[in-house]
Amino acid sequence: MERDRRKKKSQFIMAMNRLKRNRMAVAGLVIITVMVLASVCAPVIAPYGYEQQDLYHIFAPPGNGHIFGTDNLGRDIFSRLLYGGRQSLKIGVVSVAMASAVGILVGCGAGYYGGRVDNLIMRFLDVFQAVPALLMSIAIATTLGPGINNAMLAIGITTIPGYARMTRASFMSVRGMEYVEAAAAINATDLRIILKHILPNAISPMIVQITMGVASSILAAASLSFMGLGAQPPLPEWGAMLSAGRTYIRDYPHLCMIPGATIMLAVLSLNMLGDGLGDALDPRLKN
Amino acid sequence: MGRYIIKRILWMIPVLLGVSFLVFSLMYFTPGDPAAIILEVEATPAQMEACREEMGLNKPFFERYITYIYQAFVKFDLGTSYINGRPVMTELLQRFPYTFRVAGISVLVAVAIGIPLGVMAAVNQYTWKDHLSMLAALFSMSMPNFWFALMLVLFFSLKLGWLPATGIGHWTCYLLPCFSIGVHSAAGLARQTRSGMLEVIRQDYIVTARAKGQRESKVIFGHALKNAMIPIITQVGTMLGRQMGGAIIAESVFSIPGIGSYMSTAIKSRDYPVVQGGVLFVAVIFALSMLLVDILYTYADPRMKSRYESSAKKQG
Repeated sequence: MERDRRKKKSQFIMAMNRLKRNRMAVAGLVIITVMVLASVCAPVIAPYGYEQQDLYHIFAPPGNGHIFGTDNLGRDIFSRLLYGGRQSLKIGVVSVAMASAVGILVGCGAGYYGGRVDNLIMRFLDVFQAVPALLMSIAIATTLGPGINNAMLAIGITTIPGYARMTRASFMSVRGMEYVEAAAAINATDLRIILKHILPNAISPMIVQITMGVASSILAAASLSFMGLGAQPPLPEWGAMLSAGRTYIRDYPHLCMIPGATIMLAVLSLNMLGDGLGDALDPRLKN
Repeated sequence: MGRYIIKRILWMIPVLLGVSFLVFSLMYFTPGDPAAIILEVEATPAQMEACREEMGLNKPFFERYITYIYQAFVKFDLGTSYINGRPVMTELLQRFPYTFRVAGISVLVAVAIGIPLGVMAAVNQYTWKDHLSMLAALFSMSMPNFWFALMLVLFFSLKLGWLPATGIGHWTCYLLPCFSIGVHSAAGLARQTRSGMLEVIRQDYIVTARAKGQRESKVIFGHALKNAMIPIITQVGTMLGRQMGGAIIAESVFSIPGIGSYMSTAIKSRDYPVVQGGVLFVAVIFALSMLLVDILYTYADPRMKSRYESSAKKQG
């Protein structure tokens, strides 16, 4: 019993140690943590409210009381970015949580039971993936109407097939293992085999895909906002700020540059973390 | 082989029917009355009713769906726009060349940048060349691509004045859109190429090739890259299809009169037949490009060909 527990713990710690040695991944983790904390604490940190206008300083350049300048309505861009992070990061996390929950469940079913269930699910996913993802989420968001919750739902629905396919693949590779057969032999229920025996051994690619998935959902949300289907004014959201700034790009490029760079920083750090996790969790690269 | 291709083409039929059902239901359940969009604001209830009757909007869901797929797949008629009354199919076909040209050139840009970069990174694994090119790939993967496009416009058109920001009048107009899309897709391709190359580069046949004194360039491109090609072809194939979807954003940044800008105006004005038809059209193009990828596999990898043939024999 004792030995068993120590072994379980050490595998996690080993992966974490490998992750710690990867400088890019640690940098990514630090940056994204800071961004999340800054967004959570926005009301405390932000020098201005996100709707607060400074009409004497419209289009102020960065510096001079407004770190990142002000926008066309004289609102402080830095404060709006802090509040905007709440929306953008929320879209990323919630849509991925939704998609991965459904996708992993569906993939479990397909990968574990195989046969007809698998065939049916995979053919359905074929249909779903016959439309490019971005186009599909735009079509769904058009149906649901503009707004942040609908954007989350649209992105979540479109990304389900990716998680389902990956879960299925890793389930199928673990399904034939002796320990699964052993668990079935001692009459463990399907649910127990899936949750206790297969899932822990098939989970590492999922962790990586979920991390990278948050990054790509943030990008997709920016695209939806660009189409006018994301957050509606005056609610600040990075993608919406970026597309609103587009009108003034000729004379006041900072309106466009800064939100875009913020999105890039968030996505980049999540991707760096995801890459690092992929290497740390890959058993082939253990040493 | 021929049998496999026919099977693959037949399989497209249920997929496209599924897509048409999905898209049709999406648009069906969209709130808002099409009659109100088509007619003027002051239309009387009787006029609205007559319009609905004329367009068959009062019929039940399945009847409308059957009519729709009959029109779309048998008569190649995707209906007419609510806004200007022009047939959707004509408009799509007219605009398709622009979208296709931009997508095609940007895929070429992506291949020209991505594959050499990935090969270089893999050959020089863990050196500064590898780190630098992978960092660059990570950066361009993480940028919202319309933002990158806007930054290019800002720099090359507005600041330097070298290139036109919008339009398609001159060949220089294609440079910015194709480059901005191409660089974005090159990033993923470079990463894929690198990891694919790393898997094969330590194989015995590479050692053998070197041992018999083969030139290094021949070893890398003739032996290693050729064996790493399958996932790369897949990615290039999906790229062409995804570009058709991504065109919505890119074309509205650069005002290219392609399918993307047609659909984005349709989305804003709630012109559902156009959205519906456009999505279906793109799905067909996407399915065709995936078919092409599957056929290309057999040329890149003889193992695939024999697998197809044996599976066709077993089932036939």
